[in-house]
Amino acid sequence: MKVILAVILFVVRLVVQTVFLALGQIWANKTRSVLTCLGIIFGVAAVIAVVGLLGGMRGFVLKEFETIGAKKMWVWGDVPESKESVMSWTDVKMTLSEAKLILEKAPSIDTLTPMTEMGMGVSYKGKVLQGIRVKGVWSEWHEIEDRQVIYGRPFSRIDEEEARQVALVNLTAIEKLGLSTDPSGEYILLDNRRFLVIGLVETKDFSFADGGQGAEAEIIIPYATVKSMNPYSGVYFTMQMKDPDAADDAEAEVRFILRNRRGLGPEDEDTFGIQVLQSVIEQFNMIASVATIGGFFVAAISLFVGGIGIMNIMLVSVSERTREIGLRKAVGAKPPTVLLQFLVEAIVLCLVGGLIGLGIGQGVIMGFRAGLDWMSEAGVPVWIVVGVLAVTGATGVIFGMFPAIKAARLNPIDALRHE
Amino acid sequence: MSDGLDSSLPMIEIRGLHKVFKVGEGRVHALRGVDLRIMPNEFVAIMGASGSGKSTLMNILGALDKPTKGVYLLRGKATHAMGMSRLASVRNEEIGFIFQSFELLNRASALKNVMLPMLYSNQRIFSARRRAKRALELVGLSDRMSHRPNQLSGGQRQRVAIARALVNDPAILLADEPTGNLDTKTTSEIIGLFRKLHENGQTIIVVTHEEDVAGYSDRIVRLRDGEIVSDHPTSEDPMHQAWVRRMSEGMGGVAGASEAEIDEGSPEPEAQESAR
Ligand SMILES: Nc1ncnc2c1ncn2[C@@H]1O[C@H](COP(=O)(O)OP(=O)(O)OP(=O)(O)O)[C@@H](O)[C@H]1O
Ligand SMILES: [Mg+2]
Repeated sequence: MKVILAVILFVVRLVVQTVFLALGQIWANKTRSVLTCLGIIFGVAAVIAVVGLLGGMRGFVLKEFETIGAKKMWVWGDVPESKESVMSWTDVKMTLSEAKLILEKAPSIDTLTPMTEMGMGVSYKGKVLQGIRVKGVWSEWHEIEDRQVIYGRPFSRIDEEEARQVALVNLTAIEKLGLSTDPSGEYILLDNRRFLVIGLVETKDFSFADGGQGAEAEIIIPYATVKSMNPYSGVYFTMQMKDPDAADDAEAEVRFILRNRRGLGPEDEDTFGIQVLQSVIEQFNMIASVATIGGFFVAAISLFVGGIGIMNIMLVSVSERTREIGLRKAVGAKPPTVLLQFLVEAIVLCLVGGLIGLGIGQGVIMGFRAGLDWMSEAGVPVWIVVGVLAVTGATGVIFGMFPAIKAARLNPIDALRHE
Repeated sequence: MSDGLDSSLPMIEIRGLHKVFKVGEGRVHALRGVDLRIMPNEFVAIMGASGSGKSTLMNILGALDKPTKGVYLLRGKATHAMGMSRLASVRNEEIGFIFQSFELLNRASALKNVMLPMLYSNQRIFSARRRAKRALELVGLSDRMSHRPNQLSGGQRQRVAIARALVNDPAILLADEPTGNLDTKTTSEIIGLFRKLHENGQTIIVVTHEEDVAGYSDRIVRLRDGEIVSDHPTSEDPMHQAWVRRMSEGMGGVAGASEAEIDEGSPEPEAQESAR
């Protein structure tokens, strides 16, 4: 027991001594060491910064998507490029009968709302705002977009069926028009028609995914009402799937139903477009992965170049210190001990470079975090830090091995005679 | 100092030792069949012209180099057949080697320099500092422990090197021209220190060109062209005795003074001198 303890203590002490020896050596040649480490510093800084910033972007994007809802899917009319000369967008417009068909026949689709938009002039008590975006929706919109009513009541089926002139407004619209905080019961004019405001609807922060509409004034009225005012406004469907994992099924079902309905033959291209949020996330993840791989690739090349620098400097170090090696051997240093000394020196050199690179990389991340709000989640997971440092250490082992072996093999008397 | 081995067994025994260096295409036959036996507590001087093979022999005795042919038994162990690692252990545990050019680490203090061999010793790593201090005291440098080599005089540097050689209690102390870089006064200090160690039981082999240094030894071995040409007790060595006579007849001077010290043979004066 005591012997084992003594051996462990001995090994620990040897390693500690060797590490301190190595640090002393690096400190004695500060400039040279830093220059040698540049490759490693750059590589580690690159990988840390790339991973950290991508992490920040991903965190932000995922949060945005979560706000929108991961179960969402959109369909819109789309003229295929090959048909541009023979078709116009009115030929491919989404219709309400298609909406009903999808609701009836697509088992993976939970609910649906057609969406249409038009710019209108809005006035309240003589105050007039031009070009306000007015959206037309079904009552299902509340559920699909997760937009709850704060004051007043949500849309109902009857509003739609009777194409009532009722409107929901958001807080920005209230502020811009000067409506009271609970606007229900007041009347506004939309393109000179009187609309009853039925409530205040919460605003979602779509700063990124929806083109930064969050802070805009929003007025929402029944779909049928918009159509009655302007039958030619563009239409798309926003749908909610039963399960985000069934995205592929849902897409296939909707495509099948629409192609059937529109009488498209097997060679015909879709006359509509489908977008599933899930696939947007996947696309983003793929881009992020490519960028990450790129970052690691740069890091690998930098580490390789840096490793060659380390090997070079270690060879210089061995030949500069040949006499010292000779002396150490003369007083009893065994080849493995000398090998360990130089290997540890190479590893410590690499790790010092790695730590500096880590510092620079973290500095870049911190700069972005301080400078950009939406980068607040930028950061590197601990396992990446540990992994990068481990790889850096391994670089030291790989490229320090040859010089270390060279030192270990020196014959003591030849080494002592070296000038 | 030496560890109570049977004093009738030789400390060193070499038989038919050859060393051949390859230099490009040619070969240099530096040792041509050397036989030598050194008993415990001997103080031997090895002399000979430049290029006669003294350093080559010392390096082999010091386990720093291996013979091309022949037998080298160090305390009965077949050192000539050992590999790199075993030789390193032998150098660490049984041999104290002193170089003409000191070979100290310039970045380290005297104490750290003396501790160096124990860094590579399995047993003594924990007592290293204490032992190093004791060794520095022995060579009279207790007040210079934290000095670096470049803050010390040549004689002091060589004493640090001697302390380093002694720190592991070696069976033999080997010194290849230890005073070659020192002036006459410092030389007699260093040799006085050797003399004191020898009186405490240390086996010592010194390579020297100087007859006055050899005068402190018990036995003089002379080499010429890689062969031993004479091996006598110092008092019977014809060349040395001739030199002694020349010195006492001629100028007297420095050599005469050191000669007188040998004749006195008392440990006290030297001990004081070396402690100074
Ligand atoms: N590493 C070596 N390679 C080739 N030849 C060598 C080597 N070492 C020594 N020699 C040769 O061996 C012979 C003996 O050299 P050695 O150094 O032993 O002499 P020495 O007696 O110590 O001389 P000095 O008094 O000048 O130190 C010389 O001829 C020398 O040139
Ligand atoms: Mg020599």
